[in-house]
Amino acid sequence: MSPRVLSGILLVLLMAGPLVLPEFHITLLNYIGLYALVALGLVLLTGVGGLTSFGQAAFVGLGAYTTGYLTTAEELPAVLSWFGASPWLTLVAGLLVTLAVAGILGLLTLRLSGHYLPLGTLAWGMSLYFLFGNVSFLGGHTGMTGIPPLSLFGFELRDGRRLYYLIWLILLVAVWMTQNLLDSREGRAIRALKGGGIMAEAMGVDTARSKMVIFLVAAAFAAISGWLYAHMQRFVNPTPFGLHIGIEYLFMAVIGGAGHVWGALVGAGLITVLKQWLQDLLPRVFGASGNFEIIVFGLLMIFVFHRARDGLWPLLARVVPVKRSARAVPSGQPLARRAHPAVGTRLLEVRDAVKKFGGLVANNQMSLEVHAGEILALIGPNGAGKSTLFNLVTGVDPPTSGEVHFLGDRVDGRSSREIARRGMSRTFQHVRLLPAMSVLENVAIGAHQRGSAGVAAAAVHGERGEEARLLAEAARQIERVGLVDAMFDAAGNLALGQQRIVEIARALASDPSLLLLDEPAAGLRYLEKETLAELLRKLRDEGMGILLVEHDMDFVMGLADRVVVMEFGEKIAEGLPEEVQSNPAVIEAYLGGVE
Amino acid sequence: MDAPILAVDELCVAYGKVEALHHVSLTVRAGEIVTVIGPNGAGKTTLLSAIMGVLPRSSGSVAFLGVEQGDVEVERMVALGMTLVPEKRELFGDMSVEDNLLLGAFMRRRLGHRDEQQTMAEVFGIFPRLKERRGQRAGTLSGGERQMLAVGRALMAKPRLLMLDEPSLGLAPLIVREIFHVIGNLRKTGVAILLVEQNARAALRIADVGYVLETGEVAMSGSSEELEGNPRIVESYLGLGGKR
Amino acid sequence: MDIQIALLLAQDGIVNGAIYALLALALVLVFAVTRVIFIPQGEFLAFGALTLASFQAAKVPGTLWLLIGMGIAISIIELASSSRLRGGRRRLTFALGWNLAYPAVLAAIVLLAKPGDWPLVLQVVLALALVVPLGPMIYRLVYQPLASASVLVLLIVSVAVHLALVGLGLLFFGAEGSRTPAFSEASFSLGDVTITGQTLWVIGASLLLIVGLYLFFERSLWGKALRATAINRVGAQLMGISTTQAGKLCFLLAAAIGAMSGILVAPITTIYYDTGFLVGLKGFVAAIVGGMVSYPLAAAGAILVGLLESFSSFWASAFKEVIVFTLIIPVLLWRSMTTRHVEEEEE
Repeated sequence: MSPRVLSGILLVLLMAGPLVLPEFHITLLNYIGLYALVALGLVLLTGVGGLTSFGQAAFVGLGAYTTGYLTTAEELPAVLSWFGASPWLTLVAGLLVTLAVAGILGLLTLRLSGHYLPLGTLAWGMSLYFLFGNVSFLGGHTGMTGIPPLSLFGFELRDGRRLYYLIWLILLVAVWMTQNLLDSREGRAIRALKGGGIMAEAMGVDTARSKMVIFLVAAAFAAISGWLYAHMQRFVNPTPFGLHIGIEYLFMAVIGGAGHVWGALVGAGLITVLKQWLQDLLPRVFGASGNFEIIVFGLLMIFVFHRARDGLWPLLARVVPVKRSARAVPSGQPLARRAHPAVGTRLLEVRDAVKKFGGLVANNQMSLEVHAGEILALIGPNGAGKSTLFNLVTGVDPPTSGEVHFLGDRVDGRSSREIARRGMSRTFQHVRLLPAMSVLENVAIGAHQRGSAGVAAAAVHGERGEEARLLAEAARQIERVGLVDAMFDAAGNLALGQQRIVEIARALASDPSLLLLDEPAAGLRYLEKETLAELLRKLRDEGMGILLVEHDMDFVMGLADRVVVMEFGEKIAEGLPEEVQSNPAVIEAYLGGVE
Repeated sequence: MDAPILAVDELCVAYGKVEALHHVSLTVRAGEIVTVIGPNGAGKTTLLSAIMGVLPRSSGSVAFLGVEQGDVEVERMVALGMTLVPEKRELFGDMSVEDNLLLGAFMRRRLGHRDEQQTMAEVFGIFPRLKERRGQRAGTLSGGERQMLAVGRALMAKPRLLMLDEPSLGLAPLIVREIFHVIGNLRKTGVAILLVEQNARAALRIADVGYVLETGEVAMSGSSEELEGNPRIVESYLGLGGKR
Repeated sequence: MDIQIALLLAQDGIVNGAIYALLALALVLVFAVTRVIFIPQGEFLAFGALTLASFQAAKVPGTLWLLIGMGIAISIIELASSSRLRGGRRRLTFALGWNLAYPAVLAAIVLLAKPGDWPLVLQVVLALALVVPLGPMIYRLVYQPLASASVLVLLIVSVAVHLALVGLGLLFFGAEGSRTPAFSEASFSLGDVTITGQTLWVIGASLLLIVGLYLFFERSLWGKALRATAINRVGAQLMGISTTQAGKLCFLLAAAIGAMSGILVAPITTIYYDTGFLVGLKGFVAAIVGGMVSYPLAAAGAILVGLLESFSSFWASAFKEVIVFTLIIPVLLWRSMTTRHVEEEEE
């Protein structure tokens, strides 16, 4: 069965629902739809982006309370009065309020490392909840009544059966847009957030922006859900927007499968039905009334994390008989290339760079130059400070003093993203690929800065032309390094040597003038080294400048035009390979420690 | 003939689906210094981690003191008398030199030995510099002193097998000489040593036996004299492109 | 507001702050050593107080059944895994002793010895004996299998544990709150302000616990081992300091601190099955002030939270919680300004 047929069947079933099902089930399905919309935002935020929020219920509350207030208030302030005209306008208002609040909270917390964001969400989830319950114009703990029903083209969506179609239409559109977004240039950047932050920045991705995007999208989904909820219930009070409900939303996403858009639906469905059933069953079992279902939910969550870390959707997807279509090598018009400097132009100049970590001087008065069309090798014993220098040049760490110039501009102190945009690209000593993504997608991240389509275009797949060109460029670079056969394999399944080559392809996809390679030959077999050397020579002959940090002497001596030798953070020699080899200081450094 | 202190047989280690060690076998006997040399990325650190039980093994066996160690835990290997001085030293930076050393004897204390003060005096005998700095925070030590502390901390456990991962890393030649001198002298105390080094010359100089690890496999092995005389080793690891 | 009210509020704030400080210290400890952000910390407070209250009401506290249940679950797991590991037998005997025999003995005492008639001190000891082992048991059941998981996963799991415990708390103790009698009925006058004996108890016991913890970390081998694990996990492991043992010890300390705080505060405030969460979260705000790593900063943050809470309850009581939880925003802002280069490459 193809995925298309399967989703067609499901869609027909969904459409037929209100015609055959009893009221109770329709209500349940409506709730599932509303919850799934919030959980979908969390799939994007938590499952894909690696950011966690316990406070989504508060965003749902913002959406619900905004429309509740604007459609029921007796006298609105003049500026707001026109919002009260239609619930559709209050949706806009609710989104604006939510995005503003989320934007502020995001600015405060997204820059912080992993666990501060969820802790922050716990706190503001609490605080918004108490605010809803204590502000008199929002009705306090009793809430607000008399919210009008939605109407569409003069047709009132007064009961659940009618609202059903709107809820599910909105949900399916949201799922479609989320899927589109993830399968795009912006989506690759988002998928790189989890475990690939440094790499993504080095490829020119603005990771702070990507984080903000998913945070806002998730908040917007929650606000829409809240708006629908308010007009379905026609009444709002603080209870459904408390922290425990926020936690439940997260559970839905995690149990369903936080890495997959359909996981949101599975999780929301499961938790909603289970809750309904347990709320009925448990008080009878225990002979007391109360929310005992949270015991089961808690244990269920722990179980999922112990036994099925990726949630239920992957297990479900394995059972469903869906055939995957074969992938074709992408084709598209070549991307525009940057103007590369002529051979011999000075690309990179490091002047008296010093880097101190506390009292430790990792780099001392380091200077070097790389020109277009040459390979400069930076060698030295382990711990000599080569990687530190690499980080100074690429903007991962700013130098303590000294200057770095790239193509005539001073770049020290700039971010690695800005430096990457100017035409410098790098590989990492410890391979930084996204193991679950295909080689093609990994390499396409390298071309990120050569595209421009935004989130909105990606969400409706209005950028397919550019996307095809980006993927075609990635495919070209994969071909160039000789990995065509592995193009659609998950990068994590490749041998270490091949992974290093993928890193080079990714760096090349950014069309760099200067290529920085951090120990590219480490872990490579002899023949692989030969192939790599040949590729690097070809690139040099095309006019690219290459700075190579390497440990393997044979590899360096046969390849480099010039060599700089470092020891204890300082340059001890510089010159042609033959000169360096016979330099007594170099011999001492390499053979050091023995008389 | 005595059973070897350490016998590694056909050891394989994989990170996910990527194999980092491929059927590696090696033996360390009592009082012997065995060195593993090879280029970066060859799997040297992986080898030590797998022996120590820090990394899970995918197949093959490790026998320590004549007993095969199946599903190992690091604490158990420490309790049996194996210690590892890792490449990054992994000192307790916010604690004093003395406390660092004391924690080196943690397992011995738990096993009921109360001789840590005496052992510490021995360690101070080997590294007088540590005695001078005993009250100082480990994080404020110089590179060479850190390495001394790392080795000293490992000796506090009175190990049967001492494994050292690149002790020369980032150290000035003079200090490297000092550290290697100490390592060479440790042989007299009866401890067996497994030394992983990229400074092949220094390592082979003090070792009895050497193994060359390349792309996760043992490419060559033999007595250190043999290896020092082998033209391929000379070319790849001892000289600069074969020239002296 | 006159000076008398201010002093009264300050006294209130400091008492609550002392409790938040204890919880914050426990949170920092658990996080530093195990990377677990221990959301259920507050549940131990509720469990400690309500278990004591159950004794006083001559009821059998539900925590006893929880102890027995978790003990059985752990025993089953240990039995299943003992065949795989070397040195399994000794370890197994030890595990079965703590997880089956110990709960059984406690059950016998609780059911047969009528602790309702005991003096308060012994009731407190029994309540602690019942609640504190739940800490390491939770570590064993929930966190030990996840030792290599990311901070984020551990956090979500902590929230799950919190939910389950709150639900169980409701089941065990019902929705009604309880108060326990004060340790001391004495009261002192300081100028115009009356200071109750219980206030002094809370402050004194908190200080004592803090000093005790300090000595434990500075002087004892295990205390140093825990610090070492917090500073450098790999290094500690290589010294033979078992991550699991360190984790269990931390959870034991955290549970003890939680239960103690509950018992201290129960004569002052009515404790409900879900009180712990709010109190724990305020401990959290304090711990975050300390960046989750600094003990003195966390303690200072706790006093700040306590004072802020008591003074805002005077000026704007409806917004007390809003104000306390919004405090976290400027704190996070300050952290984000001072933390340079944030990149957690955590898998």
